Amino acid sequence: MKILELNDITVSFRMYERRFRKRELEVLHRLSLSVREGEIVAVAGSSGSGKSILAHAVLGLLPGNAVLSGEMYYMGNPLGEKDKERLRGREIAFIPQSVDYLDPLMKTGRQVQGTRGTKERQRQLFQEYDLGEEAEELYPFQLSGGMARRALLAAAEMEEARLVVADEPTPGLSREMAREALGHFRALADKGCGVLLISHDIDIALAVADKVAIFYAGTIVETAFAKDFQGEGMLRHPYSKAFFAALPQNGFRPTRGSQPYAGRLPDGCVFADRCPARSELCAGEIPMRPLRGGEVKCVHAT
Amino acid sequence: MCPCNVEKGKRGVSVQQDEILEARKISFGYRERQILRDVSFIISPGERAALVGPSGCGKSTLAKILAGYLKPSGGAALWGGEPLPSGGYCPVQMIQQHPEAAVDPRWKMERILKEGGMPAPDVLQAMGIEREWLTRWPSELSGGELQRFCIARVLREETRFLICDEISTMLDAITQAQVWHSLLAMSEGYGFGMLVITHNIELAKQVCDRILEWKDLTS
Repeated sequence: MKILELNDITVSFRMYERRFRKRELEVLHRLSLSVREGEIVAVAGSSGSGKSILAHAVLGLLPGNAVLSGEMYYMGNPLGEKDKERLRGREIAFIPQSVDYLDPLMKTGRQVQGTRGTKERQRQLFQEYDLGEEAEELYPFQLSGGMARRALLAAAEMEEARLVVADEPTPGLSREMAREALGHFRALADKGCGVLLISHDIDIALAVADKVAIFYAGTIVETAFAKDFQGEGMLRHPYSKAFFAALPQNGFRPTRGSQPYAGRLPDGCVFADRCPARSELCAGEIPMRPLRGGEVKCVHAT
Repeated sequence: MCPCNVEKGKRGVSVQQDEILEARKISFGYRERQILRDVSFIISPGERAALVGPSGCGKSTLAKILAGYLKPSGGAALWGGEPLPSGGYCPVQMIQQHPEAAVDPRWKMERILKEGGMPAPDVLQAMGIEREWLTRWPSELSGGELQRFCIARVLREETRFLICDEISTMLDAITQAQVWHSLLAMSEGYGFGMLVITHNIELAKQVCDRILEWKDLTS
């Protein structure tokens, strides 16, 4: 059973240049992804590639000047903006990237309970996330970065969600705590939940994820199994390989150049100008194709 | 050459011998909540030290005290044996964990970048900052993009010590490696020391000469 299915999702922002000239800036390009029951799909890759926008698109939290196209299904039914509004916070839980999402004027305990939660459940969650009872009475600015993070996690678990969308839930947490937090996601998935986990913390994401979607310049360039990350050779796309080699434990070797800006994407492969295997073929249309159980958007990958 | 291949401790850059950062029995608390108790350590001129410890133990608070943003309730943060200067550009600079909270949301990026004066000329390129971003508002950039501005604006000659509080957690692996290689090259070039707060022990091993464990700092 697919809990979430995205087909050809494209998101663009309407912007105005020199006051009157309207321009559409496309930030997500024809992206497809699915999350099955009991599955954790990690979304990793370049920062500023549109990963948060994907999360916001699923939850219906895009700003007013955004245009969303493509198909979105939740439990087999079309997921429209009205449905998102009804489901989010109930069946679809969201863990935002920034701790700024906490209300600065509300005490932490009260705000984690939300409008439908109970004090008992909140106490129980605080205990699970190692937040002392005194944290209930503190305002968000009195919490450390890690504690605020855990409060966000606890808030997402307040209700029985079927789909959890977590946007960078671990920065600022110690290794042990991050592992524990993601352990909660694993437990949720094992109960039948689907989890879409957006994270740069690839080591930790890999420890719990089933599949990994590699994001670059607004699109998914590869979907791999978590176990493919044991070595550079098992990955498919050159960007994934470069990403792997840049991890501190794998050599800390940065690839030159930077991700193309959303308004100025090259034709064909978005990674071509940084790729060692570039050829004329890379300038054409690059379809997503199946390869060794995963999928890749590259003509050279073997 | 990759700066992290330079032999540790023998980097051959001219460091000023009086540029020692010292935490001397620093204590801090908010009313009845005591956060730091007698934290002491010394970082030698030009040295890069990593600080690792559990979440919520007070690492960011300590960083703010060392950079002069907070006054300790006991003990002192010393730079070259003296308290930090109360006016002018502070030689000890800090890059914060949450870039969105470290910039003025009502300033455009160019003004934010130049807040403390012009950064070094090649910094924009080294940090991978696009010209286009300069005319945007902070809310129009991602956390990773904002953080590059926060790093770039303190990379100046006047910065003699840099405290990095979890600065690369919001960056992807390639950008993280790029940003750190640039930071290390600057640290070599200008000869400034660093205190790197991180939860990523692999990263700490790559960028630092020494690792300080939180539990060893309190007496």
